[in-house]
Parts: sequence; structure tokens; C-alpha cells
Amino acid sequence: MTELSKQITQEEIIDIHPTSGWSALKLRELWRYRELMFFLTWRDIKVRYKQTLLGAAWAIIRPLVTMIVFTLIFGRVAKLDSEGMPYQLFSFTALLPWQLFSKALSDTSNSMVANRNMITKIYFPRLVIPFSSIISGLVDFGIAFVILIGMMFYYGVKPTSAIWTLPLFLVLALLTALGVGLWFSALNVQFRDVGYLIPFLTQVWLYATPVAYSAQIVSPKWQAVYALNPMAGVVQGFRWALLGTDLGANASLTLSLSVLISILILISGLFYFRRMERTFADVV
Amino acid sequence: MSDVVVRVENVSKRYRIGVAPEKYATLRDTIVKTLKSPLKRIQKSLPAGKDSNGLDAIWALKNVSFEVERGQVLGVIGRNGAGKSTLLKVLSRITEPTEGHVQIRGRVGSLLEVGTGFHPELTGRENIYLNGAILGMKRADIEHKFDEMVAFSGVEKFIDTPVKRYSSGMYLRLAFSVAAHLEPEILVVDEVLAVGDAEFQRKCLGKMSDVAQEGRTVLFVSHDMSAISRLTEETIVLEKGELVYRAPTQKAIDYYMSSGFSKTGERTWTAEESPPADSPFHPIALRVKNSKGQVVDVMRSTEPITIEIEYALDNPIQALRVGIYLRDMQGVYVFTSFDTDSPAEYESMATRPAGHYISRCVIPADTLNEGRYALGTNASIYRNKRFFQDLRALVFNVDGLGAPGKQWAERRRGVIRPRLNWDINQIG
Repeated sequence: MTELSKQITQEEIIDIHPTSGWSALKLRELWRYRELMFFLTWRDIKVRYKQTLLGAAWAIIRPLVTMIVFTLIFGRVAKLDSEGMPYQLFSFTALLPWQLFSKALSDTSNSMVANRNMITKIYFPRLVIPFSSIISGLVDFGIAFVILIGMMFYYGVKPTSAIWTLPLFLVLALLTALGVGLWFSALNVQFRDVGYLIPFLTQVWLYATPVAYSAQIVSPKWQAVYALNPMAGVVQGFRWALLGTDLGANASLTLSLSVLISILILISGLFYFRRMERTFADVV
Repeated sequence: MSDVVVRVENVSKRYRIGVAPEKYATLRDTIVKTLKSPLKRIQKSLPAGKDSNGLDAIWALKNVSFEVERGQVLGVIGRNGAGKSTLLKVLSRITEPTEGHVQIRGRVGSLLEVGTGFHPELTGRENIYLNGAILGMKRADIEHKFDEMVAFSGVEKFIDTPVKRYSSGMYLRLAFSVAAHLEPEILVVDEVLAVGDAEFQRKCLGKMSDVAQEGRTVLFVSHDMSAISRLTEETIVLEKGELVYRAPTQKAIDYYMSSGFSKTGERTWTAEESPPADSPFHPIALRVKNSKGQVVDVMRSTEPITIEIEYALDNPIQALRVGIYLRDMQGVYVFTSFDTDSPAEYESMATRPAGHYISRCVIPADTLNEGRYALGTNASIYRNKRFFQDLRALVFNVDGLGAPGKQWAERRRGVIRPRLNWDINQIG
């Protein structure tokens, strides 16, 4: 009740006028719309496996099958080094954060176009849409993580004491997906090419990330360049925290670089999105 | 003291044809253009950049200014493309104006569509929460009003069924009941009632007039003149993006219904108003004639009224029907009639050869009540193709001099005023 009367007494004054150039992010307004963000995420989770036969089993099947394919090709045929770990476990540990990332990236990139009818009919801070698209993959991740724990148990691998850092790597993966996704979602409004680019890009990005192979095979002089890919840091971090593999020399430096890159993409993505936002309803 | 809550000042909105909906740019085009003329491209890609050539731009709104006071219910009327929807989009902050500015005091709730964000796989209950959040309601508000919304919608039994199993009527009722329980200080409503059955429409209109009585400010766009006249006191008329008239609702409706019509009982179409050149049907004129054959805009209810549609066919058309709609000033249809309604004409005109035609019909004497009527025309193939339609092609007046019952000065209710044969028998 008090909240209601407060709303009435402090009357909002809205000024609508043409704007141009770069604009403020207005994160506080975004915060006020957190319930909408929550409901949109909840909707995505709720409808994700509706009218499917296997339902949430897909959350397990996809990483599992990919792992089997990787094991056959890279583990058995190519005999890639897996840092002393069973190759299955080695690749599965990396596939989980990778699939979380790639789903978040493609959902975010398509989010503005997918929600076009909302954008053209209702006002709300547009950032709500990409923000609400990154979280839903966590449910799949959680389900597949249970399988991972089972596999670790089976192979007798104990998690390291650094397991508490896992959420930090997850956050890094999601922030990277959000940053890149913000750029793409804004571009996608105008250029539908983005829809075709995303699957291709994630494919290439997968091979640029040590998911199927060990980062150790990258020669030291290229390590710095490699660290420009924040997902390389995420995947290595996951293996390090769970399986106790080596993080490599200069780990703190390369990780800091990953974080820095990710934050740069995110901030530039936020501003680019805000800049393009004013034309979304007219163009989408 | 006047208490202005919405102040619109010189608002203009330009759409560039190049970025109009449904036209997607592709990266390739952009790259090619960039290589060809880098400067031009950069200029164009800036979202708010002013392009010097106004050639490929259309102005959906031009210098619109008006004010709305607290508690006022303002109607907005205009033909398709007059800028009504664009105005509402600017007011609800969906799109920015190109020029001018708007100041709004208070929270705005906009209803440009009901059921925005509804997901077919979710149940009615889930969609209420989702849609409520999209419309800007707090979760606590939604919980508080949940039962009321469900009761209003009348779909209690199916509230836990996915909405994809709903009939379209149920879907709409549920969607509207969420919207109807929004409680913003300023409500902006587009033509959301055009759909849905008559009974529910009445219920919604009732709910909306409650809203108005609570002292909330409402902007209401509609094509339904009777809804506009029931709900609003004052109305603005938009024409080609400009605000051309603002008056008490009845006057504004009269103005709107007669604007753009010839006052002479004849409406002609120029080549550019007629359908594109590749269409075989070209309207030429629509006329109303009195019993002496004069083209006039005042008819006597006691004399027959002749209606003529003149048109040309470039090619033979099969199963063509050319006809009229007659409506009163509230927009209520009096009747619809086509030239091939009778079986004989239907047979003989199975294929109408190319040529120049007049289709003519007569409304018998003592049919229409006194008042103003809007005549529309339509040329189409049933369920197949519509060549031309103009629902408000011309307006004419009917004068009741000599009509039955004229010895009493009252205005007779009803759109028709037939001369009925009464007989009075004393039976006791």
C-alpha cells in the first residue's frame, strides 16, 4: 500500500524528444524492469522443451553425443593429448561451458528479431530482451552438470579445491556471450545476415577454443594471441577447477586479458545497442 | 487552472522508405554501397542522421500539436495511414519523433494490441503473469488482481490449459482482461476492440468508460464511430499526418465523415487514387440521384434514390460483383448490396467483358430515416480478389419532409423509416 501511494505522490514526467548519437545506458531503468526480465527468462525456460518427445533429456543428449563424436575422432583416431585425463571426461568438461556459451550467444543474437512484436507494441528498456536471453541455458547446464559429476565419480577424478571458482568462469562465459550477442542482436534488427552468420561463427569459434584439444599444443609464442579469446580462458579454467589440469604458464596474465577483452566487448556492445535502439521499432 | 498531462508540440515523424518495415537490408548491399560511396553510406547509417534528399522519406506525422488535460478522454480518428498509430507509438515511447517533443506527466499504459507476448504453449494463468509484466504491472499487482482478471475473461475453466487450445474468442477475452486491469494514469488505446464478439466488445467498452469515470486520462483511437462517441467528449481528426480538426466529438465525427467527400452527391476517382494500372478494374464515379435524375446530396426520404457506380474494365472479369455499402453516421451498416445479387444478373454477368459500365440501383421511396448516410463502394470476386474498396466514398443527407409520422416533431429512432400499412380494429 505504501508503495502505491508513493507512486502516486511522486509523479513521473516523461520527456519524449528526438535523440541522436550515443546515449546513456540507463541501467537504473533496466533494474526497475527486472521483473519483466525474470518473466521473459522464465518463459524461455518453460517453453524450451514443450511438445518434444524427449524433453529435458535433450540437455544431456546434445553434449553427450558431441562428446562421443569428439572421443571417436579426436581421442581415438587423431589421438590428441588429453593432459592425462580420460578423453571423454576431458572433452565433456569443456563442452558444458562451451554449449552454455554458444546457446547464450545465439539466443541473444536472435532475441530482438524473435521478440519483434513486443518491440513494436510496447515500451520497455530494450536491453531487457538480450539480458533475459542469456540465463535460460543455465538450466541445461545444470542438468548436464549432474552427468559430469557422475562421470568424474566413474573415472575416479576428484574435483580440486579450486572448484569454488567455477561460477566465476561461468559468469565470464555469459558476459562474453552477452557482449557479442548485444552487437549481433542490434545488427540483426537491420541485417538478417546475422542469422546465417551465427551458426558459422560458433563453429569456427569452437575450433579456436580448446574444447576438443588441449591448449598445451598451442605454441608458447601464440599463447598471448590465444588469450584474446575469452572462451579459451573459460574452458581451461573449467578443466583446472574440476580436473586439476595445468592452467599453463602466465595463467593469471592470460586470464586477466580474457576478462579485459570480455568486458571491452560487453561495454562497447551495450553502447552500440543503445545507439541503435531508437530505430529498432521502425526497422525490425 | 488547466492541468495539462500530455503536451504534444510540433511532433513530426519521418519514415525513410529504405528502412520501412518488411524491407530488409542485407550486409552485402551495405558493403557494396559502402565501397561505392563511403561518405553517403556513413551518413545514411547514422540512425538519426538527416538525409538531405527528402525523396525517399514519408512524413507519417507533420507538426502535430495538442494538449490533453487530466481526466480528459480524447478520441483520435482518421483514415488509414493518417498517422493515428504512429502518434500512439510516439506517445507510448515505442518510437522517437523525428522532430518536436512531447511531455507527459504520469505513468503511461499503452494498449496498441492485446495479448502482446502471449505464448501459445503457456497456460492462461502463466500468460496472465507474463503479459502483465510486459504491460508494466508489478508481480504483486498481478497477484492482487488475478481473480478479478480471470472472472472478467470468463475462461475460469480453462485457466490451466495452454492458450493454443483456446478459441480465438477466449484468447482475446483473456488478453483483454489483463489489459483492462492496467491502472496507469494515462491510458493510450489503439483499435483493440475491432476484433472479438459484440457482447464482449460491449463489456470492454463498459470497462473502459469505468476507466474514464475514475478520472484517468485516456487517448482512444478507433474506426468505430459509435465507440468514439460513447467514450469520448472531444476528438481530434488526423489527415495525412496532420491534425486538421479538434472539436467536441459529435462535431469532429461529422467533420470526419464528410471531409474528403464531395458535397454534390458525386464522387469521382482520379487515376492515381484508383487501383494500380495492372488492375483490370478502374472506378470512375459514384453518384446519388434524386427522382428527377439530378445529382444532389440532399434526398427526400419519400422519393426513390438512385445510386450509380461508373467504372471501366480493361479485361473481362469472371464473377465480378460491384456494389455498395450504406452506413449511418455512427458507422452502423444499413445494408450491403451487389449488382449481381439477383440470380438473373449473376448468370448473365458470369463473365463481364471489358468496357465502360454503369451499375445502377434504386433505394425505394420510404426506406431511409432522415439523417446523414455514408455510401461506400466495392468491386470484388467473392473470396478471391478485391479490386477496389472505398468505405466512405460519399455522404448524402436524407430529409424527412412528408415521411410517415412527421406530424410529430420528434426524431424517430432507427435507420429506416418504412411506410407501414397499419390497420386499427376495435375489437371490443
